[in-house]
Amino acid sequence: MPDQLLFAMEVTLNGLMAGVMYALVALGFVLIFKASGIFNYAQGVMALFAAMTLVGIQKGQVPFAHLINAVFGTNIHYFGWELPAVLAILLTVVVMIGFAWLVNKLVLRHLVNQEPIILFMATIGLAYFLEGVADLMWGAEIKKLDVGLPQGLNAAIDEATFNLFGYGFFIDNLDIAATIIAAVLVAGLVIFSQYTKQGRALRAVADDHQAALSVGISLNFIWVLVWAIAGFVALVAGIMWGAKSGVQFSLSLIALKALPVLMLGGFTSIPGAIVGGLIIGMGEQLFEFLIGQPFLGGATQNWFAYVLALVFLVFRPQGLFGEKIIERV
Amino acid sequence: MLDLSPEGYVTEDGRKIGGVLMEMKNITLRFGGVTAIKDISFDIREGEIRAIIGPNGAGKSSMLNVISGFYVPQEGEVWFKGARRAQMKPYQVARQGIARTFQNIALFEGMSVLDNIMTGRLTHMKANIFDQAVWWGRAQVEETENREKVERIIDFLEIQNIRKTPVGRLPYGLKKRVELARALAAEPMLLLLDEPMAGMNVEEKEDMSRFILDVNDEFGTTIALIEHDMGVVMDLSDRVVVMDYGKKIGDGTPDEVRANQDVIDAYLGVAHD
Ligand SMILES: Nc1ncnc2c1ncn2[C@@H]1O[C@H](COP(=O)(O)OP(=O)(O)OP(=O)(O)O)[C@@H](O)[C@H]1O
Ligand SMILES: [Mg+2]
Repeated sequence: MPDQLLFAMEVTLNGLMAGVMYALVALGFVLIFKASGIFNYAQGVMALFAAMTLVGIQKGQVPFAHLINAVFGTNIHYFGWELPAVLAILLTVVVMIGFAWLVNKLVLRHLVNQEPIILFMATIGLAYFLEGVADLMWGAEIKKLDVGLPQGLNAAIDEATFNLFGYGFFIDNLDIAATIIAAVLVAGLVIFSQYTKQGRALRAVADDHQAALSVGISLNFIWVLVWAIAGFVALVAGIMWGAKSGVQFSLSLIALKALPVLMLGGFTSIPGAIVGGLIIGMGEQLFEFLIGQPFLGGATQNWFAYVLALVFLVFRPQGLFGEKIIERV
Repeated sequence: MLDLSPEGYVTEDGRKIGGVLMEMKNITLRFGGVTAIKDISFDIREGEIRAIIGPNGAGKSSMLNVISGFYVPQEGEVWFKGARRAQMKPYQVARQGIARTFQNIALFEGMSVLDNIMTGRLTHMKANIFDQAVWWGRAQVEETENREKVERIIDFLEIQNIRKTPVGRLPYGLKKRVELARALAAEPMLLLLDEPMAGMNVEEKEDMSRFILDVNDEFGTTIALIEHDMGVVMDLSDRVVVMDYGKKIGDGTPDEVRANQDVIDAYLGVAHD
């Protein structure tokens, strides 16, 4: 096989796996949008906050240490213990559930029946507030996240492809782990929404609020639930991204990567988020490899996703899986 | 004249109606400057089919919305099963055993007929999230029971052939029937129907009338319904409340109401003073 083709295959595979991450972030957006019609601008910051909380808990950091020290003149920073990763993850999940509850109690409850743009504004406020809280709680420095995910070149794939093609593919173990975890997560969500009472209630609310109320579903409960799930999805995305490139404030910008995915997949479609993520991830890597690097001086990943999404919007404004809307006249 | 003793009364066709199940006392409901309901009182008795009629904009749907908790009246009291009801959210009312349908049909368009009807069982599902996580014991028994109940309702309403169809694809008349099925799935004590036959042809209306009578007869469900078709109302209902411009202008058996001069005027569009 010609070398170029082999490179392209490797790039495609890596792109697909990067796409898994985009899909995960987009999934968080879709869940909340479907259930409540809110475009949650804070989804990216939630991933950051979740990752910082996880590292903080794992490393035994004292939350709000800076503030405490400033007020009481103390000098404490760590509790002096380290928790196992699993326990730290569980505690972080509890924190994210608490966060969901607070958001609903303090913000969303008071904005019921407001225009979508007002709710959107509220989530912008929430995003910056949460970023500030994350900073104050855990400090702004870059942190290393290590929950024991495998990392580095996957030797088996390298060897297998080398024997097959005479060229070893470089596939990162972390990407493989991320793909598997994302698949499990999505399968779990599907099972939850199809086969449990709460999942059925969630689908009902996403479909019609009035009808949901009439069969005895509490909208508040569902909103807390869906924000908690989105928080969990954010945590998973935060873990993957954090393990890859450290936990730092730029992590919240992954939300920007989810936007073209949403434009492609539609704001209400879970399969759309997944397929859209994969297309964007693969598309931007392939474009960079085939056109960006040789002809445009590289670094096309920064903008290619948006161009792809825009072109797509022109032809299918309803997204990949949305139904074409024809206005009644 | 019916003898409305506290214990109940017996209808012409010999059905035994019980005591008061729900009582509305001096309900007033305003939307800004519009008074949709003006100081209205009436009761609904156990086992009864109670109709609410009146011209367009009379406040009928508003009254149903007050009963089901979607609207909160500015004045008045709602009594249910002999106790004054605190202000409640619609989902809490539903959990008390009051199910409803909507004038403009509110179904889960993206779900199948079967799934729509299954949501009606939500108030009866007790298994917690951990039971369900392992799909075990309680959850499994419960799911089977619920499926059986829902299948019985599907048979009862003769919609077997569309059970897997997405609701969004159904014609209007069948949607109304599915909405009734979902409300029945909750096994309600009180069933509220907002114009269950609107927009139906004669045959569909006959079917729906039959279902309403059968529900009342077989399950003993108390029913309050709004309907425009006078023939249907007179056939179905035990007692009728008549509303016009937010006021109650008549209340009694179909025959009494039909003979009421205010009611006749309202329907003939005689000018209001
Ligand atoms: N949510 C609302 N906000 C403002 N006004 C309302 C609302 N709901 C009802 N109204 C007003 O209250 C009055 C009574 O309306 P309602 O829908 O109860 O009448 P109806 O008897 O059900 O009429 P129809 O036979 O046309 O269904 C109308 O003037 C209507 O405009
Ligand atoms: Mg109405």
